[in-house]
Amino acid sequence: MNPLLEIRNIETYYDLIYAIRGASLTVMEGSVTAILGNNGAGKSTILKTLMGLIEDQPDKGSILFEGQSIDGRDTEDIVRRGISYVPEGREVFEELSVRENLLMGAYVRRDRDGIRQDFERVYDYFPILANRTHQWAGTLSGGEQQMLAIGRALMSRPKLLCLDEPSLGLSPLLVKEIFRIITQINTEGVTILLVEQNARMALNIADMGLILENGRFVMKGSSQELLNDPNVKEFYLGMQDESSAKGYQRWKRKRRWR
Amino acid sequence: MIDFIQMLINGVAVGSSYALLGIAMVIIYKTSEVPNFAQGEMALISTYVAYMLLEQYQFPSYMAFPLSLVFAVVLGCVLEFTVLRRAKAPSVLGMIIITIGLEMILMGLVSWKFGAEQKSMPFPISPYDSVMFGDFFVSTLEILTLVVALCAMIVLFLFFRYSRLGMAMKATQQNPVAARIMGIRTRRILMATWGISSLVGASAGLLISPVIMQPYMMWDPMLKGFAAAVMGGMTSLPGAVFGAYLLGIIENLFGGYISIEFKSVVAFVVIVLMLCIRPSGLFARHYVKKV
Ligand SMILES: Nc1ncnc2c1ncn2[C@@H]1O[C@H](COP(=O)(O)OP(=O)(O)OP(=O)(O)O)[C@@H](O)[C@H]1O
Ligand SMILES: [Mg+2]
Repeated sequence: MNPLLEIRNIETYYDLIYAIRGASLTVMEGSVTAILGNNGAGKSTILKTLMGLIEDQPDKGSILFEGQSIDGRDTEDIVRRGISYVPEGREVFEELSVRENLLMGAYVRRDRDGIRQDFERVYDYFPILANRTHQWAGTLSGGEQQMLAIGRALMSRPKLLCLDEPSLGLSPLLVKEIFRIITQINTEGVTILLVEQNARMALNIADMGLILENGRFVMKGSSQELLNDPNVKEFYLGMQDESSAKGYQRWKRKRRWR
Repeated sequence: MIDFIQMLINGVAVGSSYALLGIAMVIIYKTSEVPNFAQGEMALISTYVAYMLLEQYQFPSYMAFPLSLVFAVVLGCVLEFTVLRRAKAPSVLGMIIITIGLEMILMGLVSWKFGAEQKSMPFPISPYDSVMFGDFFVSTLEILTLVVALCAMIVLFLFFRYSRLGMAMKATQQNPVAARIMGIRTRRILMATWGISSLVGASAGLLISPVIMQPYMMWDPMLKGFAAAVMGGMTSLPGAVFGAYLLGIIENLFGGYISIEFKSVVAFVVIVLMLCIRPSGLFARHYVKKV
């Protein structure tokens, strides 16, 4: 397997706020990679930096996609290289219909037949959307909007699909369903970079996991390793079997070694 | 009764040019979120370009008018690119000031180049020709204005509904960040909206020019178009059109029955009332965003 995406030591500022403090990450072609971390750790910022959505950032470091540098380029060009992004909070076009939202997802493409096929494919993944084709996206439920956002991102036939907290605000049943579909999308050949709060769900479908704290990755490993790690168990999976003050000290100590 | 219907007809006739200017303002407002006070003067300068081509360069009118419309599109794009885009992270107030500044510059340019006196536009249709429908008079120019306005509405409707560019414009208006994520080049879209808007406005300018042609000619229609757009909620094309015709009719009825002197003030009374009763406009159909 080749690396599809390589992020090398990037640093990102929001004006004076130092949000990403040197983070590196490699996503292998065909894999599912999960970024985990608490609120404010900088997970979304990493994806936004990758997509070129933060002006003049990353400040330092480089981002390679298929071996070519994409940092500092316009979002519009990054998308055309084959990266799709489902932002936190869906961001569907509220006063366009479901169908028009999906059409906008295929904006970078010109092949009418392929687009028609992909409509079918998205409606297969999310049959609810097929019943709502002419409804304004803003009138869909939160879960339906999330499905639409994922479907829209697929319409460009991406090589890499980046998802920012797809489970946010969904019922447990729907979360399961969404994760099942993400796995299915992956098996059909799309590499996936997933940002999640729901660590257990994410690690269950991911090959690799990374843990982000205060703008730095503090831990990397296969999902199995992370699932079995006592610190991850305690602080990200919420399984407590010893006094947490002690555990936290140990966690801090461990982090300082890096 | 005959008077009344004649006034309605005149109201619709004058409403058509308000509608064109209202549409032009709404198109820009929806993407740039600024009421473009230079709209009238952008149309003014395009109209004077047509005049120049006809009078000084002796172009035939079938070439001069299309060329002036092309000029209008280019002007809109250039102004967006060279002036508005330069404003870094502008506030709405800042943008309004910029458009007012542009307005004064364009007006000054026209006065300096062509002089402030009334010109007579060699328009193929005389403003004094008219057609009788039974007991009613309608000038041919008014009919032409109505036809142009209706065509513009139909074309714009189809454009925003079915074309890729039109849909991308709507997407950019609704959520610029999401539009960029789709690969839409939003800066070009912004430029294109200025071009289209300038085109629509210029068509109004050309249709007004046979009646009145001097540097202040667009001032009153532009404010009325703006008023119509506000009545429609500022973001709705059908709303602006409806507001424009309503305004034209109210104005004429007021002029006919109450006071001819205060005829053009009535528009603003209507707006103030409107903003007191329904501040979001008659056509505000934006539903409230779910939290
Ligand atoms: N637009 C912004 N301007 C200034 N600071 C920002 C901005 N966006 C994020 N930040 C800051 O950057 C840090 C990282 O934010 P980010 O949104 O990446 O966190 P996150 O890991 O995605 O959190 P969450 O799980 O809550 O979504 C936070 O401290 C946040 O306050
Ligand atoms: Mg986030």
